[in-house]
Amino acid sequence: MVKRINIRFILFCILVLSLAAFVSCAKKPPESAVSQEKQQQVSETETTAEAEKTRQAQQEEEISEQELEARKRAEAKQRREKQKEEKARGQFLSEKVYFEFDDSSLTDDAREVLRRKSRWIRDNPDACIIIEGHCDERGTDEYNLALGSRRAESVKDFLVKTGVDASRLTTISYGEERPAVKGHNEDVWTKNRRAEFRFCSGK
Amino acid sequence: MITAPRFCLIILISAISVFVVPFSGVCQEEYDYINISEPFMNKIPMAIPVFRALSEDGAEENAARRASGIMRDALAYTGYFKMIDRDAFLVDSANQGIVSGEINFKNWRDIGAELLITGGVRSNAGVVQMEFRMFDPLRQEMLLGKRYTGTAENQRKMVLRFCGEVINRLTEKTGLFESRIAFVGGEGEDKSVYVCDFDGKNLRRITDPRDIVVSPAWSPDGRTIAYTAYSDDQSNIYVCDADSGEQNLFAAYEGINITPAWLPDRPGMAATLSFEGDEEIYILTEAGKIDKRLTESWGVDVSPSFSPDGRRMAFVSNRSGSPQIYVMDLESGGVKRLTYEGKYNTQPEWSPVSDKIVYSGMKNGNIDIYVIDANTGEKSRLTRATGSNESPGWSPDGSMIVFSSTRNGPSRLYVMTAAGTDQRRLLDMEAQQKLPDWSP
Repeated sequence: MVKRINIRFILFCILVLSLAAFVSCAKKPPESAVSQEKQQQVSETETTAEAEKTRQAQQEEEISEQELEARKRAEAKQRREKQKEEKARGQFLSEKVYFEFDDSSLTDDAREVLRRKSRWIRDNPDACIIIEGHCDERGTDEYNLALGSRRAESVKDFLVKTGVDASRLTTISYGEERPAVKGHNEDVWTKNRRAEFRFCSGK
Repeated sequence: MITAPRFCLIILISAISVFVVPFSGVCQEEYDYINISEPFMNKIPMAIPVFRALSEDGAEENAARRASGIMRDALAYTGYFKMIDRDAFLVDSANQGIVSGEINFKNWRDIGAELLITGGVRSNAGVVQMEFRMFDPLRQEMLLGKRYTGTAENQRKMVLRFCGEVINRLTEKTGLFESRIAFVGGEGEDKSVYVCDFDGKNLRRITDPRDIVVSPAWSPDGRTIAYTAYSDDQSNIYVCDADSGEQNLFAAYEGINITPAWLPDRPGMAATLSFEGDEEIYILTEAGKIDKRLTESWGVDVSPSFSPDGRRMAFVSNRSGSPQIYVMDLESGGVKRLTYEGKYNTQPEWSPVSDKIVYSGMKNGNIDIYVIDANTGEKSRLTRATGSNESPGWSPDGSMIVFSSTRNGPSRLYVMTAAGTDQRRLLDMEAQQKLPDWSP
């Protein structure tokens, strides 16, 4: 009994499989080769286009990244230059020229400072400069106003000799009226006998 | 109807000027009460009893007391007199007569008074009459007598007018009591030109505050003041009316425009300008235009001051290497160095009545005031105080000098006699004071 059932099941399975094989073989064989080929072709084309697209995208990205990089570098350079300029400008404004008591002649140190200033002024042709002459508190008001003017003029003369256009330089004296440092000793006086620089108003 | 307009007329005229009626019979015999060579060393003992109220009811008592106080202070201020303390008087002056016949001169001789001034005040409907007499108790004679009429506001003016007569009678000098002093007062951003009377009274600020104001200088007519102020970072010379304070820009050349000095003999002024790249002294016209350049030396030339006749000019130059005082003959242009001692002599001011020049000189870091003869170069030192003594200026009669000093800390104004005696503060003012100039 068991043997007959097993044989019948096996036969049934074979029949089903062969039927299935016939149905599938009868339906698809002629198309299958072409479509498979086509499919392969399309997918290949698609793949190439996508790859190309990706590649292009990558390229574009690379280029823009490069541009960005270049721009960044340029900006950094600009910033550095601006910083450098600002530093130079700041130094130009902050660096003072000092004098001996009752003296308007330029010391070696003063000349050194003024050579730097002269370069800066020539590098910045739009700048209009005011040279201020100052004195320490000793001495008398009126003479100190004149001495401060003499100091500013000494500085102007030197700058003009080093090639600065005289029309860009104006002088003014504040005598002992505007000390840089308050106090009544030699240290303070040394710091107050000076010429200072600033830009004309509106510049 | 008739008296009212007449009364108004009296008031009107009185307000404008003070009437002066000299008494007759004033003795004009010449006698030197004041030692010309050393006028301030031996001060003349003077007695000024309280003036008398001359009305029946004595209503002017306060005015009389005030007037005698003003006279005593004003005459003591000159440095010529030693005022005898009223406590030392032998008579109760309020009850004493004020004319020759009523005065017992022995009472004044006994307390050492060499000069006696009496006065009386009469007031009627706003019109004040004041009469003053100066006597020599030793010779028992009247040296001077005047009667003044004016409004109540003019009392100080009337008293000072008589003070002027006293000084003129004794020294032949005039002008002190009508004069004024201009100076720079204040600190920091708040500096202005101020004006006060010769004795520091009637202090007034006349210019707007600025951070830099220097060198006020009176015009020869005593009405206008030139000064340098900084505006928009320009150092300009302005002129302002000493009473109204109205100011006008006078000179604004490129660079500095400083140390204005009016010409004594014609319109215009001298000042130091730097528009040519060097600090030189120029003559400017009344309109502020450049008339002529006076100095021709490289370096600083500053602080011009003219001789009374306008023919010579003292100024400061550093042509020899340090600031020194020079004198220029304006006709020939010839220049002579005046100071040789010391390395810092500045701020010359020529006496309005002589060839003396007062200036400030630095020695061992201290600045003191000196007087030097423009012809002989003979000089004497007037201050010996600690601190800096600067910016000396003559009174119009040449008898006194105003200056600034830091002897007690901040810069303040002081006055002294032309001999350097009697140095004292001019003002009771809190803010700093400097750069005084005494009016003509």
